Amino acid sequence: MIHSLFLVNASGDIFLEKHWKSVVSRSVCDYFFEAQERATEPENVPPVISTPHHYLISVLRHRIYFVAVIQSEVPPLFVIEFLHRVVDTFQDYFGVCTEAAIKDNVVVVYELLEEMLDNGFPLATESNILKELIKPPTILRTMVNTITGSTNVGEQLPTGQLSVVPWRRTGVKYTNNEAYFDVVEEIDAIIDKSGSTITAEIQGVIDACVKLTGMPDLTLSFMNPRLLDDVSFHPCVRFKRWEAERILSFIPPDGNFRLLSYHVSSQNLVAIPVYVKHNITFREGSSQGRFDLTLGPKQTMGKAVESVLVSSQLPRGVLNASLNPSQGTYTFDPVTKLLTWDVGKINPQKLPSLKGTMSLQAGASKPDENPTINIQFKIQQMAISGLKVNRLDMYGEKYKPFKGIKYMTKAGKFQVRT
Amino acid sequence: MTDSKYFTTTKKGEIFELKAELNSDKKEKKKEAVKKVIASMTVGKDVSALFPDVVNCMQTDNLELKKLVYLYLMNYAKSQPDMAIMAVNTFVKDCEDPNPLIRALAVRTMGCIRVDKITEYLCEPLRKCLKDEDPYVRKTAAVCVAKLHDINAQLVEDQGFLDTLKDLISDSNPMVVANAVAALSEIAESHPNSNLLDLNPQTINKLLTALNECTEWGQIFILDCLANYTPRDDRESQSICERVTPRLSHANSAVVLSAVKVLMKFMEMLPKDLDYYGTLLKKLAPPLVTLLSAEPELQYVALRNINLIVQRRPEILKHEMKVFFVKYNDPIYVKLEKLDIMIRLASQANIAQVLAELKEYATEVDVDFVRKAVRAIGRCAIKVEQSAERCVSTLLDLIQTKVNYVVQEAIVVIKDIFRKYPNKYESVIGTLCENLDSLDEPEARAAMIWIVGEYAERIDNADELLESFLEGFHDESTQVQLQLLTAIVKLFLKKPTETQELVQQVLSLATQDSDNPDLRDRGYIYWRLLSTDPVAAKEVVLAEKPLISEETDLIEPTLLEELICHIGTLASVYHKPPSAFVEGSRGVQHKRLAGSAGSGESVESPDAGSAAGASEAPPAVIPSQGDLLGDLLNLDLTPPTTAGPPPPPSSGMQMGAMDLLGGGLDSLLGGDLGGSPAMGAGFAAPPAAMPASFSAPVSSGLDDLFDLGGGVGMPMGAYSPPKTVWLPAMKAKGLEISGTFARRAGVIQMEMTLTNKAMSVMTDFAIQFNRNSFGLAPAGPLQVLSPLSPNQSIEVTLPLNTVGPVMKMDPLNNLQVAVKNNIDVFYFSCQYPISMLFVEDGKMERQVFLATWKDIPNDNESQFQIKDCHLSSDASSSKLQGSNIFTIAKRTVEGQDMLYQSMKLTNGIWLLAELRVQTGNPNYTVCLKCRAPEVSQCVFQSYEAVLKN
Repeated sequence: MIHSLFLVNASGDIFLEKHWKSVVSRSVCDYFFEAQERATEPENVPPVISTPHHYLISVLRHRIYFVAVIQSEVPPLFVIEFLHRVVDTFQDYFGVCTEAAIKDNVVVVYELLEEMLDNGFPLATESNILKELIKPPTILRTMVNTITGSTNVGEQLPTGQLSVVPWRRTGVKYTNNEAYFDVVEEIDAIIDKSGSTITAEIQGVIDACVKLTGMPDLTLSFMNPRLLDDVSFHPCVRFKRWEAERILSFIPPDGNFRLLSYHVSSQNLVAIPVYVKHNITFREGSSQGRFDLTLGPKQTMGKAVESVLVSSQLPRGVLNASLNPSQGTYTFDPVTKLLTWDVGKINPQKLPSLKGTMSLQAGASKPDENPTINIQFKIQQMAISGLKVNRLDMYGEKYKPFKGIKYMTKAGKFQVRT
Repeated sequence: MTDSKYFTTTKKGEIFELKAELNSDKKEKKKEAVKKVIASMTVGKDVSALFPDVVNCMQTDNLELKKLVYLYLMNYAKSQPDMAIMAVNTFVKDCEDPNPLIRALAVRTMGCIRVDKITEYLCEPLRKCLKDEDPYVRKTAAVCVAKLHDINAQLVEDQGFLDTLKDLISDSNPMVVANAVAALSEIAESHPNSNLLDLNPQTINKLLTALNECTEWGQIFILDCLANYTPRDDRESQSICERVTPRLSHANSAVVLSAVKVLMKFMEMLPKDLDYYGTLLKKLAPPLVTLLSAEPELQYVALRNINLIVQRRPEILKHEMKVFFVKYNDPIYVKLEKLDIMIRLASQANIAQVLAELKEYATEVDVDFVRKAVRAIGRCAIKVEQSAERCVSTLLDLIQTKVNYVVQEAIVVIKDIFRKYPNKYESVIGTLCENLDSLDEPEARAAMIWIVGEYAERIDNADELLESFLEGFHDESTQVQLQLLTAIVKLFLKKPTETQELVQQVLSLATQDSDNPDLRDRGYIYWRLLSTDPVAAKEVVLAEKPLISEETDLIEPTLLEELICHIGTLASVYHKPPSAFVEGSRGVQHKRLAGSAGSGESVESPDAGSAAGASEAPPAVIPSQGDLLGDLLNLDLTPPTTAGPPPPPSSGMQMGAMDLLGGGLDSLLGGDLGGSPAMGAGFAAPPAAMPASFSAPVSSGLDDLFDLGGGVGMPMGAYSPPKTVWLPAMKAKGLEISGTFARRAGVIQMEMTLTNKAMSVMTDFAIQFNRNSFGLAPAGPLQVLSPLSPNQSIEVTLPLNTVGPVMKMDPLNNLQVAVKNNIDVFYFSCQYPISMLFVEDGKMERQVFLATWKDIPNDNESQFQIKDCHLSSDASSSKLQGSNIFTIAKRTVEGQDMLYQSMKLTNGIWLLAELRVQTGNPNYTVCLKCRAPEVSQCVFQSYEAVLKN
């Protein structure tokens, strides 16, 4: 099982270590540093590294490497999932997951890590349970603690730990009972030179914020559940009911959680909400290149495309770019060759464009590589797959909750080749 | 007010300051001081000097302070064992605390303190906690057993904790069950044969029930444990599959992958025509695709596993090609894996798309990725014939870019395309030759040289091209040198008039000026071939080459099967067997996929069975001479071919070469041979595929020597049944094989008489075994030295080893054999006496015997009568000893002699037996105990056979 954990920052310093079994010398991380040096980009460090006596499994989150050390055969996904859980927990507790935040709360971090694993076996990883065991630091609580001498460690066995609904604590009380669901879809797509779709798929999630008193039992049904043929559920969802009736039935955790994530594969027809007209050319022998980019809305069902951000890694030979945006602002970093254009909202009457020239090194030959254009955008009040919630009902409690559902579509890895 | 304040230090010295604070009367101050100590500890500072002061703070009602002190203790107790003992009393007291949180915390912490003195005190509290009324305490205690086992395994066994742990599998609380399974699995890893997780339908049912209710981590443990179970029939495996499938929709990817493993494994048991089988296949695709939308680290592990799944069952993901298309900002390790899978999924249906993508990738920035993309185009050409033309033109386009590494990769793959489709695309050679100067990597140079040599007759200036390489001959890598040598010889054979000088030059460079034995040997072979018989040389060097296989880089099937059983583990990420792993797996049992019983894949009857064997082992696997030569010529090019024999080890090559040469070297070897029998013995177990005709004169002498030694060495000898006819002449176009098995001087041998009852001469004998229960495999090639003329018989002894691939046969001692000669390939099956597998060190210590006898459950005991045996007990004992059945003790009770005997199989399985002999009664009773009861029947047969002969 998981032997030790080292946290390494971007400059390659170990700033925290935790051992669940015997102590492993931090020199084991040398193998990791070697791999880090070899990698051209921070994210290219291989996630599984073998050393003579150990295996190092790492994830990179918030520019911190979480390096787990294992000694025997352990499923790597198990380790990676656990490391993600650690990151999520830190973020949940401290608001951000940064080196500073971890150092500021080092004792809580240590207590948390101790509570999450026992001898390398996961113990309590649900944030509900952890929060009952170790209270998150708040300014108010720190003050009160210093005055009264009370502690931020719970004295009682967490109620959820052993019940059949470990994700929910008992005795939840709210004056305003409310349940919000956000349907968020991300489109991953690759569009080729000519504008036709090579592959497009949708990653969707339904995130919930449920603040309901007692033990509510919710059911959520969809207008078109057939869209969901590839889903991953939060453990609270009753799988049998879904299989039989295509209805989500569950006792929700308290607070924020991800109810389900789904995937609409490239085999279904995925609507592409924006199009790009581009003309990026370099002429042989001249030290100039032309850059011409126009964006437009495509299948948006009348909704506005907002927060559009275009970025592209221009070829290494490009020295500078002098461009003229019809709206928004652009920047070009001559060192990394990264061009970003903050477009804002697309107005269908007046399409945004970015035109101008790029200057190349004098005498250099025309670059071989074609830049790929990366686009980010948001569309409110629409789920691009067409998924719609039909109704939400609550059983088991008497009060009438306030319910709300929001839809949003975002670009995931949305790439246009030129 | 953050914890960073704990890092600040004062001038007086940190330790001194902390000491004072720890001994303060104020509770608050104490707690702050302990926090400072912990903070220092987290950054790796040594604060062990404060041990007594911190331990003094342990006696407190404040839970936070207690936890902090425990944290400190776990880290430093090992360095201060005497001091740590001070903490024991508090631990023991805490284990009785009314608050379950404290009880659990105490037992958990105690387990983490790796000090012997403390572990002694741990036993009693642990025993109580394992039976605690509160499940939270029980589940914590379960993990504690694993901790304790890690520190002192003997103690855990002596105290009976393992049994308690096994009982916890039936606990009412699913979390306790999951932790018990996890703990047992971890313990079992260090005791591969301990049978700790005794899986039977009842326990499986309990696990499946707990699976639905426990935490995600518990589900992983349970699923991994389920994967070790072998269902009794297809109905059971279907019902397990049905109950596991819902896990595919879990949000935790590790749960999903563990579920995939269970399903992939149990699916093997299902008949293919079953509706459910198809449903299951369909259900497997979406979760795998979903894994690819997760974080890159998860994607990487998923992709490595998908690579295995795609090789085993390509149908699952055949429609999902697009999800493997590379995004330009994927990390490089994800890109490379995706590319691999794209090629595996490439088919006629999607090749156009794939090629367009690959071409796109070839213009990217990352060098490694671009190289692999170019190589992938070549692999597509070889895999999908219809696309070959398009691939070649794509490659030519890429060569036109003149990007150095692209050109080199392209040339390497074009060489393979030439081999796959001879006489089709040679028109491009001209373009290739233009790029000759830019090649600086050995692989590309070797490929280009191969092309020039192979097509010398179509390239006008082939001699000039090759000559230009020859100038820097000694600076080239071995790969290029070997290739250049072969290419020039080819050129000479094709255009003998103009190139005589060139060939002499290269031969002298290779034989006289080189230190490399491979190069020298090859040079001598060519030299002698050319000087003795140019026609033969032509036949050899310009022989038709074996085709290269379509699928490249496939994992060897037995390894693949094993890896499928380990989906989701490190083994699956590295594509290496688990036994090749870190200390943790000190002897993992090899797992195999179980074949479906009723599906017609493996059939009971020997005839059909051997037919199945035929399809599994195509004739190409049996090395024929032509293949070997082909290999000799093309070996160093490392063509991506999986068919064809493994490369002959260089010792074999060397011997062949020396023999050919005769002369000085030959006599050198000959002299040695006469003088030193040790060397003879060394050679007599020929290492592997040595071309029969090459080694003939040398090894015939050796064989005689060896045979003689074998005969003398074993005066009493193990029992060997008389020869029986295995392959009647009727069924094998005139070849009759009768044979038997024997164990002589510790070597298992297959002794055969081959008789030619046909009208024509038989040559080129070779032999191959199908996978079998004990991994029997020929230790060398079949040594039939001279052609077998009509009506001639020849005795052949084939030494065997037990390192071959394993597959359970029915009956257990069944062996399927394929024999090939110049006429055809024939299959037969025979049964070997299991006594042949009893090893010489099978004598067990008396004490061990007693303990083991008790330890093996009574269910594994079986009894058997041997009738009409008229030996005394002593005579039986010595007779059995000859076959490595050792008598350990003898006891006489009321005129009945009881002999206690042990034997060990080649795969390390121990067998214990009790032989009862009553004076005057010709019927003996044998009572056998073994952890693997399925061997019993074979052992009884051997007993009977040995005693009655």
